[in-house]
Amino acid sequence: MTSLTNLPVGITAKVISVNGNNAISKRLMEMGVVPGVSVRVVKSAPFGDPLEIRVRGYHLAMRKNEADAIEVTDSE
Amino acid sequence: MKTISRTLTSEPLKAEKTNKYSAHPASQFTIALAGNPNAGKTTLFNALTGMRQKVGNYPGVTVERKEGLWRFVGGRNNARLIDLPGLYSLDATSLDEQIARDVLMGKLASAPKPDVIVAVVDATNLERNLYLVTQLLEYKIPLVIALTMVDVAEKQSLAIDTKKLSELLQVPVVEVRAAQKKGIEELAEQVFQATQNKNSKYNGWFSEANPADESFIHLSLQSDNEINKQIFARYNFISDVYQESVKAKQTEERGFSEKIDRVLTHKFFGLVILIAVLLLVFQTIFSWANLPMDLLEQGFGALGDFVRAELPEGILTDLLIDGVIAGVGGVLVFLPQILLLFFFLSILEDTGYMARAAFLLDRLMRGVGLHGKAFLPLLSSFACAIPGIMATRTIESPKDRIATIMIAPFMSCSARLPVYTLMIATFFTGQTIFGFISVGAVLILGMYALGTIVAIIVGWILKRTLLKAPPPPFVMELPPYRMPNFKAVFLNVFQQAEMFLKRAGTVILAISIILWALAYFPKTTSQQSAVNNPQAEFNNEQTTVDSSQPAIDDSGAQLRNSYAGQLGQLIEPVIAPLGFDWKIGVALIASFAAREVLVSTLSIIYNVGKDETEESQTLMQAVRDAKREDGTPAWTPLTALTLMVFFVLAIQCMSTVAVTRRETNSWAWAIFMVAYMTILAYVAALITYQGGRLLGFG
Repeated sequence: MTSLTNLPVGITAKVISVNGNNAISKRLMEMGVVPGVSVRVVKSAPFGDPLEIRVRGYHLAMRKNEADAIEVTDSE
Repeated sequence: MKTISRTLTSEPLKAEKTNKYSAHPASQFTIALAGNPNAGKTTLFNALTGMRQKVGNYPGVTVERKEGLWRFVGGRNNARLIDLPGLYSLDATSLDEQIARDVLMGKLASAPKPDVIVAVVDATNLERNLYLVTQLLEYKIPLVIALTMVDVAEKQSLAIDTKKLSELLQVPVVEVRAAQKKGIEELAEQVFQATQNKNSKYNGWFSEANPADESFIHLSLQSDNEINKQIFARYNFISDVYQESVKAKQTEERGFSEKIDRVLTHKFFGLVILIAVLLLVFQTIFSWANLPMDLLEQGFGALGDFVRAELPEGILTDLLIDGVIAGVGGVLVFLPQILLLFFFLSILEDTGYMARAAFLLDRLMRGVGLHGKAFLPLLSSFACAIPGIMATRTIESPKDRIATIMIAPFMSCSARLPVYTLMIATFFTGQTIFGFISVGAVLILGMYALGTIVAIIVGWILKRTLLKAPPPPFVMELPPYRMPNFKAVFLNVFQQAEMFLKRAGTVILAISIILWALAYFPKTTSQQSAVNNPQAEFNNEQTTVDSSQPAIDDSGAQLRNSYAGQLGQLIEPVIAPLGFDWKIGVALIASFAAREVLVSTLSIIYNVGKDETEESQTLMQAVRDAKREDGTPAWTPLTALTLMVFFVLAIQCMSTVAVTRRETNSWAWAIFMVAYMTILAYVAALITYQGGRLLGFG
């Protein structure tokens, strides 16, 4: 178990939980990042942040501090 | 999280006085078009309504409102098609979501509760698109799904069983390819059927509380944990639907878009390309626009001469030529640049590149304390701060939003281009650095850079003082790259240009006429002018003077004694350290209405008393020939540069102030904006002029 931020680029993992009860966790979940879904970090932006992740067949950009709230399995 | 954006709107959404969106007499139905951003909603809207569109704002707020007339089922039925803002969710946390909810609940006086919702669903992104559908279903309005991008999905080996999908969701699902007009008739048929069936088959899947009734507000005030559970439940349902209705598993690679992104969002090349794209846009709008600009300028000049020749002398003729034709022509002439800029912005948006730019720049934007999403409003502000400030609605944090609004007017908008163009064309034409880089292009780029750098500094300061807040969330879709739909691009450009022209045609024309009157009255007789200005003959701006019109024999005296001249002279001591004489002062006062007014004001000021038989004198020559009291030139290249710097930083746009007041719901912020920008502009212009003089320029 690790946070999405620490998931190496290109590795697919499953979301375990989306922590925090706030606007960020709500928006992440609305966008489909809910427990059980597969995610993959595609790349990070030029200055290392934000991250581009792939979830439910589309691409989503989020900052590292937001990705920190997403607990994922080490790999699928 | 409860309706944050409410605090930013000035009036309640229901407070509508005028109803300019009254139904088409033959409209039998009201249909709402809903869908995620990038789902193909705009393309479908255009295909259904053609050119029968109205663009405006929702009352009291500035969310763009698009509505069209849809003639369907062989033209036998007419429907008002309301294009809702692009939405990911309907939880009313953003203003767009709030507006969409109000439309769906029939709360707006200007639109009855929709009879049918057409939900646009992107087949390549089915799960996330269905999330909104699960919310739409709860409004108990008959719903028809328009499934878009099916051909793209097939290429990704995604086979969607639309029949199964329809069964599971208990709503009709129609495959449409709007650009090819395929599926439109079937969609119309299904929508018509739905209108005959007022009761949706919805039977309440997700919650005991019905989100579509008033109690939903309470629901969103419940503990956030409950909301997360509800979202989770919706996605569980969606996953089941997806498993059953999508036969082939999606391939892991998104292929095309991801390959493009290997370059376009590359750590190094991505930034290089971004800078190149922006440079290309500005270079092309500046050079391509020249030909139509020249034609328009000549056209208006010829029109003025023609009218002068045809009409009898008198106040009305002067008003028509020097007030109306000169004023409007001076603005219209810059329309080509505005069209080109909006054209590029539309393409960047439609291709999906705009989101990449936000992705690339978010880290930098955060350095300023702003959201990557602030990039889009700020980039839009390069065209005009009005839509830019409106686009800040996508920023959910109010403090971030205000910070973005406060710095948006620093982006060099298209209304500044007339000012830059006039200054550069007058004083820097044909000059090059190293023989091939035009000084004009470098100056333009410099002005854009200056505005951007000041915006960054001010943003940084605001976010650490008045608008201190934790960093806002940045969760943004990177949509797949798509070929832009040129029809939609041109339609958008046309609509934006129309809005600009309405502004130019009303506000600017009115101000042109007021200014003409300010400069025309009170009329100075030649006797008075001789008394007031004994040296009149020696410092006349005009190259030739007509003796047949004694009243305006001496245009210098006429202008000096006019109301405009009196105002300009009043502020002359303040602007003298900037190298500006009182005539420039008049132009500065006038152009607070809108920056481009500077051009028409200068053209009126320098053409007062123009001889009717004289060859039409261009504004540039008039600016170059303008003299001060002591006979020295009123303008030097340094004055021109100083004026440009002033215009980069000064607010000089009453529409921006009005929109800021509306968007922040606070006169305090609007006044703060005017005050700090004007002071900043003054100081920067002072440094430019005095510094330039110390270095031996001017």
